[in-house]
Amino acid sequence: MARKTAKSKARAKKPAAKAQAGRARPSRTLVLVATRKGAWLYHGDAARKTWRADGPHFLGHIINHVVLDPRDGRTLLAAAKTGHLGPTVFRSTDLGRTWKEAAKPPAFAKAANGEKGRAVDHTFWLTPAHANEPNVWYAGTSPQGLFRSEDGGVSWEPFSSVNDDPQYREWMGAQQDGTPDGPKMHSIIVDPRNPSHLYFAMSGGGVHETVDKGRTWKPLVKGLEVVGGFDPNTITFHDPHCVRMSPSNPDRLYQQNHCGIYRIDRPSNEWVRIGKKMPKQIGDIGFPMVVHPRDDNTAWVFPMDGQTVWPRISIDGVPVAFVTKNGGKSWQRLDSGLPKTQAWWTVKRQAMAADAQNPVGLYFGTTSGELWGTRDEGKKWAPIARHLPEIYAVEAAELR
Amino acid sequence: MKVLIPTPLRSYTRAREVEASGTTMSELLADLERQFPGFRFRVIDEQDRMRAHMRFFINGEQVFDLKHPLRSTDDIQIVQALSGG
Repeated sequence: MARKTAKSKARAKKPAAKAQAGRARPSRTLVLVATRKGAWLYHGDAARKTWRADGPHFLGHIINHVVLDPRDGRTLLAAAKTGHLGPTVFRSTDLGRTWKEAAKPPAFAKAANGEKGRAVDHTFWLTPAHANEPNVWYAGTSPQGLFRSEDGGVSWEPFSSVNDDPQYREWMGAQQDGTPDGPKMHSIIVDPRNPSHLYFAMSGGGVHETVDKGRTWKPLVKGLEVVGGFDPNTITFHDPHCVRMSPSNPDRLYQQNHCGIYRIDRPSNEWVRIGKKMPKQIGDIGFPMVVHPRDDNTAWVFPMDGQTVWPRISIDGVPVAFVTKNGGKSWQRLDSGLPKTQAWWTVKRQAMAADAQNPVGLYFGTTSGELWGTRDEGKKWAPIARHLPEIYAVEAAELR
Repeated sequence: MKVLIPTPLRSYTRAREVEASGTTMSELLADLERQFPGFRFRVIDEQDRMRAHMRFFINGEQVFDLKHPLRSTDDIQIVQALSGG
């Protein structure tokens, strides 16, 4: 190997120096927290050590989701209702300084005379569409409905191919087939390679896919288990809690299901249960799941107690996250910094998120109103905020 | 006619009491929507049903039908009902 001279070393340094000078300003992490009584935005410093709270926004409103549009870095949508008032969506184009209500929030089509139509109880999920479709958003509601906005969230149109399709209506089941807070559509995912390729999930009602921008849909449930004694071929019985696409590999999806943790590698149509390798005393039941932004083998879950009467709290009162770094072949416990006893909360399906920093920061919100974070991919957890209302959703975004 | 507005809806009206017109409850709500965009959907769902925790009174008597007739001298009260914590 040729030895570098001092001159060649200097030459070699030049491009690096140039790159340094032209490097974009490092991003700051923004954590968006939706709660039963309002929304809060937490602005992190460059090191993600200290956080500035901005809130409450919509004090007293039930906020199910707050999402930043990554396409412009300043537009926020918030899904809101109150105990008395019907559902709506609020929009901010200045990062939450001012908000304006949607002119036409998600609403089902009016039923024909003599038929009993459905009414949106709340918008549960918000997803910005493809990078090449600025101002397009998708929304999922309770009861299950899919909606699209083409004007940045000001007006919303229903997908009749789902909302009014007799087969889909059957698969959605009735009110009692959903979660205690109503049946929900969630996990609306847009393939970054193809804006016509979408997924969504329903609790209950399974995972579904379209490759023609929502004109037609197909279930994607092969390999998923359902509650014992029921037929997995009946789509209604499927209860995906949270489905995530790997940001670094859109062909790989992970899922935390009512009946285990799964992975699928497209074009395969069959999910594989990867939660069997979780410790027996923990099991593989939970709500949220998060995938590493740059490594499709790394994903995190937050298990809960799904035994007996389904307490839906930390197992034995000891909260713990688990990580796999090999696509689910093995799992490691991540509980440093978390309470060691008597912590009877859990993390809902929308309430765990990863930022895009290196190392990755993870954030989760609890049903007892605590926001926790880690700056090192789960090695050490620390509280960011306490005494908030029950947390429904947590998102992490990058501000530049 | 006068319409008494409950606190959850005053972010729309900015007033405790507003004037609105209509010969039925449905027309009255249309006028309120015209004056205060977004108001109607917060109290009436997309199937034209009154929302579960909103109540409507005409001269102190509760009504359940959007076709209920109104007179210009009627007093309307919109009230928030109990809805949990």
